[in-house]
Amino acid sequence: MIVLETCALPIDSEDDVVRVRTRVRDLAQRLGFDAFAVAAISTAASELTRNAWVHGHGGTATVEEVEEGGRHGVRLQFHDAGPGIADLPRVLKGGFSTRRSLGLGLSGTRRLVDDFEIESQCGVGTHIVVAKWARFGART
Amino acid sequence: MVSSIPVIRIRDTLLSAIQGDLSDRVAEAFQGDLLSRLERTGASGVLLDISALDIVDTYVARVLVETAQMARLMGAHTVLVGMRPEVAATLITMGQVLTGIDTALNVDDGLALLALPRR
Ligand SMILES: Nc1ncnc2c1ncn2[C@@H]1O[C@H](COP(=O)(O)OP(=O)(O)O)[C@@H](O)[C@H]1O
Ligand SMILES: [Mg+2]
Repeated sequence: MIVLETCALPIDSEDDVVRVRTRVRDLAQRLGFDAFAVAAISTAASELTRNAWVHGHGGTATVEEVEEGGRHGVRLQFHDAGPGIADLPRVLKGGFSTRRSLGLGLSGTRRLVDDFEIESQCGVGTHIVVAKWARFGART
Repeated sequence: MVSSIPVIRIRDTLLSAIQGDLSDRVAEAFQGDLLSRLERTGASGVLLDISALDIVDTYVARVLVETAQMARLMGAHTVLVGMRPEVAATLITMGQVLTGIDTALNVDDGLALLALPRR
């Protein structure tokens, strides 16, 4: 995989949820993603940025344009040094939240993207990498 | 806080077109604004037009559902209108995030739904 462009954005306020997802939406549109794929990756960005802010006490979002086998994609990395996720299998199943909230952000995000990787350690933090690929021939 | 999202009243109905790039703070403030408008006007219906929203994540979905539930407790029926196809697809992929709220294709259909006898 080749990284063509990378941009690191801080996550240190609630406003960064909109900032990060707007950036992601603009990149996905530029790469010729259809409306459904744009919504999917922008929604994933919104969920993961909010999680890094609310649960992870802030961190960074890295928005990347990547290429593999002639296909272009958006890759997003989220880092935080928060408390980590104690019961990852349970969280990934969905419907579990340590806040009074839906608990569908992480499990839902996983279904919205093509690639999903998560590493989380209690007391150390959480690192999530997701990617969504444009369909072949999408880019002009 | 005032959300700056306009809420207009047409007869017995409150209508609001929620603007794009909705932040969590604005979403919450909007909920408060709408409910106080409901209290002041005694409206019996609420139409929330979300056609300007290019994404609805689980947070916004929860605020919308809760707003409709609170409005119902205050005696008003809420209908969500104008959801974009890509937003509907995303919500379905994510799971049961927007349940228990009435929806209609557009404002006209929403008004028709509100005019039906209450269940
Ligand atoms: N970056 C993170 N750091 C620590 N805990 C997290 C993080 N992201 C998610 N979690 C944990 O996983 C749970 C589920 O997350 P999510 O599916 O997004 O639902 P919600 O945010 O609505 O609780 C959260 O309640 C929280 O306990
Ligand atoms: Mg979440």
